[in-house]
Amino acid sequence: MRQELVLLAVILLLVILEIFMNNKKALVNWALVIFGLHTLTGFLPMDEGSLFGGMYQTSQLVHLFKNVLNIGVLIILLQSAEWIKKEIVDQHKSTEFFIMMLSSLLGMYFMISSGDFLMFYLGLELSALPIAALVAFDTTKRVSAEAGIKFILSAALASGTSVFGVSLIYATTGSIYFDEVAQLLSYSNLSLVGFIFFFSGLAFKISLVPFHFWTADVYEGAPIGVTSYLSVISKGSAVMILMIILFTVMKPFEMVTTSMLYIVSVTTMFIGNLFALRQQNMKRFLAFSSIAQAGFILLGLLSNDQLGVSTVVYFVSIYVFTNLAAFGVIQSISTQTGKENMDDYDGLYRTNPKLSLVMMLALFSLAGIPPVAGFFGKFFLFTAAASQGFYFLVFLAVVNVTISLYYYLLVVRAMFLRKSDQAIPYFDSSFTMKLGLVLAVIGVLFIGVYSPIYEYIYQLSIL
Amino acid sequence: MDILSLFVVVPIVTILALVFAKELKQSRVIAASGMLVQFLMSLNLIYAYFKEKQFNDDIMVFTKDYLWFEKFNIHYAIGVDGISVAMIVLASIVVLAGIFISWKMEDLHKEFFIALIVLATGVFGFFISLDLFTMFLFYEIAVIPMFLLIGIWGSGPKEYSAMKLTLMLMGASAILLVGILGIYFNSNAGGGNLTYNILEIAKVNIPVEAQNLFFPLTFIGFAVLGALFPFHTWSPDGHASAPTAVSMLHAGVLMKLGGYGVFRVAMYLLPEGAMTWSNFFIVLSVIGVFYGALAAIKQTDLKYINAYSSVSHLGMVLFALLMLNKTAWNGAILQSLSHGFMTALFFALIGMIYGRTHTRDVTKMSGLLKVIPFISVMYVIAGLASLGLPGFSGFMAEMQIFVGAFQHPDMFHRVATIITVSAIVVTAVYILRVVGMMLMGPVRNDEFKGFEKATWYERTGVILLLIPIVFMGVTPIWLSDMIRESLAPFIERML
Repeated sequence: MRQELVLLAVILLLVILEIFMNNKKALVNWALVIFGLHTLTGFLPMDEGSLFGGMYQTSQLVHLFKNVLNIGVLIILLQSAEWIKKEIVDQHKSTEFFIMMLSSLLGMYFMISSGDFLMFYLGLELSALPIAALVAFDTTKRVSAEAGIKFILSAALASGTSVFGVSLIYATTGSIYFDEVAQLLSYSNLSLVGFIFFFSGLAFKISLVPFHFWTADVYEGAPIGVTSYLSVISKGSAVMILMIILFTVMKPFEMVTTSMLYIVSVTTMFIGNLFALRQQNMKRFLAFSSIAQAGFILLGLLSNDQLGVSTVVYFVSIYVFTNLAAFGVIQSISTQTGKENMDDYDGLYRTNPKLSLVMMLALFSLAGIPPVAGFFGKFFLFTAAASQGFYFLVFLAVVNVTISLYYYLLVVRAMFLRKSDQAIPYFDSSFTMKLGLVLAVIGVLFIGVYSPIYEYIYQLSIL
Repeated sequence: MDILSLFVVVPIVTILALVFAKELKQSRVIAASGMLVQFLMSLNLIYAYFKEKQFNDDIMVFTKDYLWFEKFNIHYAIGVDGISVAMIVLASIVVLAGIFISWKMEDLHKEFFIALIVLATGVFGFFISLDLFTMFLFYEIAVIPMFLLIGIWGSGPKEYSAMKLTLMLMGASAILLVGILGIYFNSNAGGGNLTYNILEIAKVNIPVEAQNLFFPLTFIGFAVLGALFPFHTWSPDGHASAPTAVSMLHAGVLMKLGGYGVFRVAMYLLPEGAMTWSNFFIVLSVIGVFYGALAAIKQTDLKYINAYSSVSHLGMVLFALLMLNKTAWNGAILQSLSHGFMTALFFALIGMIYGRTHTRDVTKMSGLLKVIPFISVMYVIAGLASLGLPGFSGFMAEMQIFVGAFQHPDMFHRVATIITVSAIVVTAVYILRVVGMMLMGPVRNDEFKGFEKATWYERTGVILLLIPIVFMGVTPIWLSDMIRESLAPFIERML
């Protein structure tokens, strides 16, 4: 519970500072420092346990995952600081950005450490509603408002679907506590329907096919910091809770989940990848790429043991750093020049070599090319799936890796191979942006090759 | 630091040093000195290998094993036998020659040398690996720089070629991944632990059904890199668009990863799969040999001629490997090495000719022998080596391949062998035709008369490559000793 309390304190502190501090630009820096401290306190050791009669549970794995989320949010805030100072401070709502993002993070905390469906739902809503406001944060842009509406509608539908599923499960078991449901749940048509509705609700969050339609529009319309938050933090925690519930509560449906995950995973990978092929806007491009990545994550969920859990957590952690590195570059360029299309990246290496290298590393990591972290993440996910004998699925997945490589290389092609007269001129990013990118790159480079990190995750991966 | 890991560490150090280079003069000196060290180390490795072999009778020597990912049984395991030592020597010579050939690289020189040496790191790492995971990792590291190397510094339809090559090779490696996972999860067939270590897996007999399932995946995964028909199409385009040094490295070294992987992983670990599938793949490789040679006749672009000739020669390597006998295997490895030096030499010379004439079209050139004698004579020598003239490396290799292939008395193998042998005649046609059109005759174009003679760095590069070709042709005994000893475990396991 300490993480939640400290985060709550951070949020309240920000509210107070907002009232008493006049220099809002300085407040942005203070907010970063305060959240940075919160991230550090997260690394202090903590005990496992449950509170409120089992409504709230925490384990070392969940604790670790919260730390990953913290680092992710810290990187996002660092990367967004420049944009906030440039555009948002004048609109007098810079602190709101922080408060809403952190409230949403608090919701994620509660969601992944929930011990019953009520707490789960509370966390889900707390995490979703502030994001809707954040998506529409750029009130001067029409797409942003449109994206906000799309997000709130699909989020409401998703949580409604989820809760309907939960109510059916409650109808068959008479309990909402995970421990009790796990024992009482048996395979019946009613509970199966409940399970499927519940799964669909979470599938919205992870943007699995066929619940992915909101993704591209929302990603494109939202401010980039919020897009990256949606693609890593929101998706990551939804994967985490889905995994916890699938592996602990929904055991009786193992046969159904296996075939369901199989099909959803294949369609998600193919649809995400095939749609990504023709995207021009970098945000839409990464939106479809992140749909495809979600398909890969499901491969790990097919292996219902310590191996599967550890590979999923490992992959999601890598994915957080990788995607944030990519989004950081996009944000940096967008803040400086307002350009977001792939064509605008032509000849970037000759003007901004460092940014191009960061982007290339991130894309290689997404594509799974050694020696960056994504390679290890994907390889281990495939190993987890193959350990259950799903060789054909692994084959389909590697076909998708090749397809995805094509569109990742398109960006590399634009940056490195092309020459352009209108190339984005050299610019110097702010210190916070650099720090955000460096943190992400360190993750991309070292989480893979430095094997003790995986060993550590494996040790904790007991649900 | 052990003697083998240095082969990966030295390139990495060179890359780090290159990051700080500013001018072309600095970057090329750093690259050349790094790779010179690598070359000297490889010569030392031959010496050390023979010394070690006198009292050490293991399959692999200089083995080291460090645990990397415990839960997946992934180790950083290294070791070499005679075959890998020979390949390492080949790679170090070609890389060094490649750097000399790129002495005048103007555009983004630092990045060029870095990408080239990253590729080299992958290649060396691949040849020293004993662990399937690290092997796969280095394989991908070796392939991906090609995209940048062709795309940035290439010519012609470079973006298309770079994308095609990268996607086909990475697609192949993706298929290979399934094969490797299949091998891994069957490596406990004898009741032991799961392992990626090649030497450990070679001790168990993987169930026959699994072998039959995973052999084609592993085979194709590697053989695409060895230009197996019909997956060879990346090779002509890639070679034609690549800058000189990259063509050299690619045809000379990178494509050898294919044959080596097929032999060391697919066939050695899945012998029964190899038996089942050999006829099917023999058909493909024979088509490749003959088709490559015929296609080379029809081309007028020097690089395309050479690229198709590579398809033909490497098809012969796969053909020989699939013959499943000792003589043919010996020939296959010799052919790999000989083709590596020879094609690298060819591409180096083509680069020099192109640098002067600014065309690669054979029909537009004539009488080059009179204006650039050194380069022309070397081209003739490379050509003669390529068509298998005794006294050069190609003869030894092809001779053994066909002697080995004729040991199969049945109709199928006989026909396949006869077709393959006849491809040699076709080879002679396209080589001699080019020599005749391009080098002989009067100098028709007056511009050609003012050509600069070969410079010192060009000569260094060429001579570096020529020495092993002659050496292999005249005194192949050392090499044969090295290879014959190393074939013993393969023979024991598969025949």
